[in-house]
Amino acid sequence: MRLRLVPKETSFDFFKRWKLWLGVSALLMVMAFGSFMVQGLNFGIDFRGGTTIRTESAQPVDVGAYRAAIDSLEVGDVSITEVFDPTFEDDQNVAMIRIQAQDGEEAVTSAMVVAVQSALQQVAPDIEFASVESVGPKVSGELIKTAVYAVVLAIGAVLIYIWLRFEWQFALGAVVALVHDVILTIGIFSEIQIKFDLAIIAALLTIVGYSLNDTVVVFDRVRENLRKYKKKSLAEVLNLSINETLSRTVMTSVTTLLALVSLFVLGGDVIRGFVFAMIWGVIIGTYSSVFVASSILLYLGVKRDWSKPDNTAGNQFANIDA
Amino acid sequence: MLQIDLWKRVLILLTCVVGLWLALPNAFYSRVEQSNDADTAIALGGETPELRAQADQWPGWMPSGLVNLGLDLRGGAHLLAEVQVQDVYEARMQAMWPDVRDALRPERATVGTIRLHPSPADELRIRISQPDGMPRALEVVRGLARPIQTLSGVGSNDLAVRGENDVIIVTLTEAERMASDDRTVQQALEIIRRRIDEVGTREPTIQRQGADRILIQVPGLGSANELKDIIGTTAQLTFNAVVSRTGDENAQPGVGNKLAPSLNEEGLFYVIETAPVVTGEELIDAQPAFDQDGRPAVNFRFNPSGGRKFGDYTAENIGSPFAIVLDDEVISAPVIQSHISGGSGIITGQFTVKESVDLAVLLRAGALPAGMEFLEERTIGPELGQDSIDAGRVATMVAFAAVLVFMFLSYGLFGLFANAALILNIAMIFGLLSLIGGTLTLPGIAGIVLTVGMAVDANVLVFERIREELKTARGPSRAIELGYEKALSAILDANVTTFITAVILFAMGSGPVRGFAITLGLGILTSVFTAIFVTRVMIVIWFERRRPKTIEV
Repeated sequence: MRLRLVPKETSFDFFKRWKLWLGVSALLMVMAFGSFMVQGLNFGIDFRGGTTIRTESAQPVDVGAYRAAIDSLEVGDVSITEVFDPTFEDDQNVAMIRIQAQDGEEAVTSAMVVAVQSALQQVAPDIEFASVESVGPKVSGELIKTAVYAVVLAIGAVLIYIWLRFEWQFALGAVVALVHDVILTIGIFSEIQIKFDLAIIAALLTIVGYSLNDTVVVFDRVRENLRKYKKKSLAEVLNLSINETLSRTVMTSVTTLLALVSLFVLGGDVIRGFVFAMIWGVIIGTYSSVFVASSILLYLGVKRDWSKPDNTAGNQFANIDA
Repeated sequence: MLQIDLWKRVLILLTCVVGLWLALPNAFYSRVEQSNDADTAIALGGETPELRAQADQWPGWMPSGLVNLGLDLRGGAHLLAEVQVQDVYEARMQAMWPDVRDALRPERATVGTIRLHPSPADELRIRISQPDGMPRALEVVRGLARPIQTLSGVGSNDLAVRGENDVIIVTLTEAERMASDDRTVQQALEIIRRRIDEVGTREPTIQRQGADRILIQVPGLGSANELKDIIGTTAQLTFNAVVSRTGDENAQPGVGNKLAPSLNEEGLFYVIETAPVVTGEELIDAQPAFDQDGRPAVNFRFNPSGGRKFGDYTAENIGSPFAIVLDDEVISAPVIQSHISGGSGIITGQFTVKESVDLAVLLRAGALPAGMEFLEERTIGPELGQDSIDAGRVATMVAFAAVLVFMFLSYGLFGLFANAALILNIAMIFGLLSLIGGTLTLPGIAGIVLTVGMAVDANVLVFERIREELKTARGPSRAIELGYEKALSAILDANVTTFITAVILFAMGSGPVRGFAITLGLGILTSVFTAIFVTRVMIVIWFERRRPKTIEV
């Protein structure tokens, strides 16, 4: 007896309400963008400079006392949060302290960090500093720039690859789905204010890769079926292709999610935000490859006559039946 | 029909064995690490029985490459320093003054008297009393310029000289600045490397980043501040002529001179000439020593040109004091007793033994050519790294188990094949990481976990395709063959696109993100290999033995 998440034969009509799905996605994107504009992202020090100190002590964390100790040093905006995690031991009390970049300083200010550390030692004598990280504003500005370049470059490279392997309509559909995924991921980060740092950029790019993976598998089948069923309408072919690949889509998403969820629960708090972004991305990416990428394809239409040789750019690469 | 040539089978098997073989040392991480360290120690400082015993913990014929653990896993210090390349312009301009003065002196008849004029740091301004002599003065000063030896700067000189009324302005040309920046950063990199090597820590990373930055990562170091203490002191040693001594810290030193505090005597200041007689760059050796009174001191020796300059200067200035200046503080200002030839001397001051040893090390390693500004500092405690490793290990195990069980439930026997390939896959990622000396970071572990999830994708694509082909009932062997054949295009497209993002991440990312890109990229390579070749061989061998009439996938 096999475990089957998807019945052997499915014939869901994914495109009965394709305009609705596109509408829903558009609305979600607007909401994500709105949240981003109103709240903004909770940038980590990688992107806005400053210092984070991770403290560990056997005594419970007294946020008020910590704050009082640091405020007396007048170092500007300070945020202190206690960190809880199932992987911690009983006498492991962890806090994250973030201090803004000091005014007028291009480089990092280690004297300030030393002062903060000794002030905290007054409050909690057994305190240990598990990590201390400072990023100067000069670097953080560049990191933002590089991060944006990386995401744009990745999307651009993918656009070109799919264009070469398929048709421009496919490329556009895939890229709209990607942009959708990236915007919704940024949206959720701004909405629930999870710390957005360099690792999240890595997660974003992985989401780009993953979502594309899904989209490409569906498109690959669409291309095959377009050649096979010349009489069927595009909507029918799309539907058939998605139904045929549905079992695979669900299987892969589930195995990936199984792995990610175990990392989310057990992997410790340091990478939890990163893993959260990936989980979200896998879900959104699976949704978008079915409902966004294919709907865009349906909207744009595709050239159907595959029998004649085609002179459009890139078709020479499309027939590598490796 | 379903078949794979024998040589292909052997090749696939061999690849797997090599992958496992390379991954093996990682299973005995601490033992191999100790053995490797002992080997290095023996190579450096000779053999002792203890070291030999440690080295023999791991047989020499086994591979000993290990996956490097990133700072976030091992703990340590990370610094991103920006070299203040413009410091060098200033030093260059100051050093020009005596040359310009000497060159213009014979021309006094035409140019009149020559005086140093206050100027911005990266310029040298000289006023001449007879503006009519300007063309001749410019000609003479231009004669001091030297051509630049770089590929881009062919045909240009290092100095730009122009006249404004009665003032000669000397600056470095743009081409020379670029060449100088490059030299400065290279030199700083070398010196930082030497200083860190003198301290002797394991596997430091010292890399140039961009035009004027240096990334330094030292695992196992207590804090970024400690690292800064090692590399942060510039140890710029110069020997300058002393103009006067004063107790007033606001004294006006006058043009061409500067005020430097005494290192040991509080409240004592020396007015010294800004242009040094000799600099520490011309030192070839420095050793801790003791002076006649048995106090710690440092012996030094100049190279021939430094020795000559020093000798000439001491011959001409017997009876007057000169200052030994370290990082703008006067260590001592002895009076020249006699002509010092031979180019060696001794620095005495109120040192402790340790200070004299440190100073000798700094002088030997050479001075940093320019100051450093630290743009990024990170310290990761070793406990946090260990916690992350532990959490990552547990999470990977659980993820692994969940996926294995799920695959078996979904695909039965074929699921087991996929599982065997998955286990092999992870081993091969570690093998490759060890081979290329890759670094495993915390996001890298996430990359591996993600690979666990995604690696089965290629197999899933194949299996699903076999299921479909089975429906058209052309017999199991044909279905398997078609399944592999038709799934291939989707597998390649899907993985190439992910690989593209991994490459971009690697190229643009840094530190942990790069670690993630490496494991993701390697994971894609190994998962495609295992899915296309390894499971296929397994299925074909199984099929040849059993010859089943029907198969269930």
